[in-house]
Amino acid sequence: MIDLVMNGLCVKAEEGWSVLETAKFYGLEIPTLCHREGLEEFGGCRLCLVEIGEPPRSKLVTSCTYPAEPGLVVRTDSNRVWSARRMMIELMLSVAPGSKVLQDLASRFGVTRVRFAPRNEECILCGLCVRMCAEQMDGKAISFQQRGYKRKISTPFDLRSEECRLCGGCIYVCPACQLRCQGPHPDTTLCNGCLTMEPTCLEHYDDLQCWMYDAGRCGTCVRDKKV
Amino acid sequence: MDIDAAKTQSLIDKHRGLKKNLIAILLDIQEAYNYLPAEALRQVARAVGLPLIDVVGVATFYRAFSLKPRGKHTCLVCLGTACHVRGGQKILEEFEKQLGVPAGETTPDDRFTLETVACLGCCAIGPVVVVDGEYFGHTTLRKVGPIISRFSRAGSRSKPAPRARRAPARKTAKPRGRAARKT
Repeated sequence: MIDLVMNGLCVKAEEGWSVLETAKFYGLEIPTLCHREGLEEFGGCRLCLVEIGEPPRSKLVTSCTYPAEPGLVVRTDSNRVWSARRMMIELMLSVAPGSKVLQDLASRFGVTRVRFAPRNEECILCGLCVRMCAEQMDGKAISFQQRGYKRKISTPFDLRSEECRLCGGCIYVCPACQLRCQGPHPDTTLCNGCLTMEPTCLEHYDDLQCWMYDAGRCGTCVRDKKV
Repeated sequence: MDIDAAKTQSLIDKHRGLKKNLIAILLDIQEAYNYLPAEALRQVARAVGLPLIDVVGVATFYRAFSLKPRGKHTCLVCLGTACHVRGGQKILEEFEKQLGVPAGETTPDDRFTLETVACLGCCAIGPVVVVDGEYFGHTTLRKVGPIISRFSRAGSRSKPAPRARRAPARKTAKPRGRAARKT
């Protein structure tokens, strides 16, 4: 067993667990997009960022790829982590505003503005479909192509791949290309239809450990401080 | 150009068909055909034992590879910071106008492929234009026409000639200089 500190609590992790798995075991919620059980970790969406180390020298790492180490000090819901996550949601939302998953995340994390020009694509390059195809479906029909701003996921030569069996696994796991709910503002870049406005907690805790609410769920204290 | 399966196979065999030599194989095919034909990529994937999508992924990742047929002469216009402030963009526009194709495309007569590059590392002589490995520094709008006509007149056969002529000349020049200093 590995002993580490998570949000000020001493926790134990099994050998080989990642920080994300440890947090999940203790009921600390960390949002993820490119993580899925049964698929290799990718570390691409940067939503599962956590802060490790003591504050002046702390750094942000992706918890899905960071292994639990003895003596590690992890903070899963500090101000820095939340602002980084909000930034990631904002960036991804500007790429794919049509995604319900992203809109829900924006509401949950209090992303109330998008400062970037919307690109209205249906892909955030999380690579879930690529890994689903290669690892679970044994297809290897799609992958990343090109690079930089031209980077995209496609079949060879953009034609139907001979290896594709039309299983639909790639569409099943995709967080960006499903239809958006027909909420209050369906056509805007930012819907915020599910944004919670009422304050549930009036005291501020940096690690969000008020334990009055589900851990990390309410986030009002951090949100009010920052925005 | 015809795609010759035996020729492609010989290039693959040259590198023993190993996965680690994928880029070297692709570079050789690119040199033989002037681009990477889809059929050749399929053959490489089969021989090397990689999924086709991975081979295509590598081929589209590097700027050195092209999936479309290229022209006889590759014309690179530098748009790096130093060349940009000295008017690299205008040089590019002049090339686009004279060749009649946008950057990244090949002229209909397959003579020129016009491409841009971020920096060539010789900013002192910017704006820089490189045609078939030959550098043209301090390019101005007036020099664009002569550069194009020089290569379109020379045709395809003279392409390797200047390189071959230049290389031995440099070799002989160096020892002579050192010998002169000694005496």
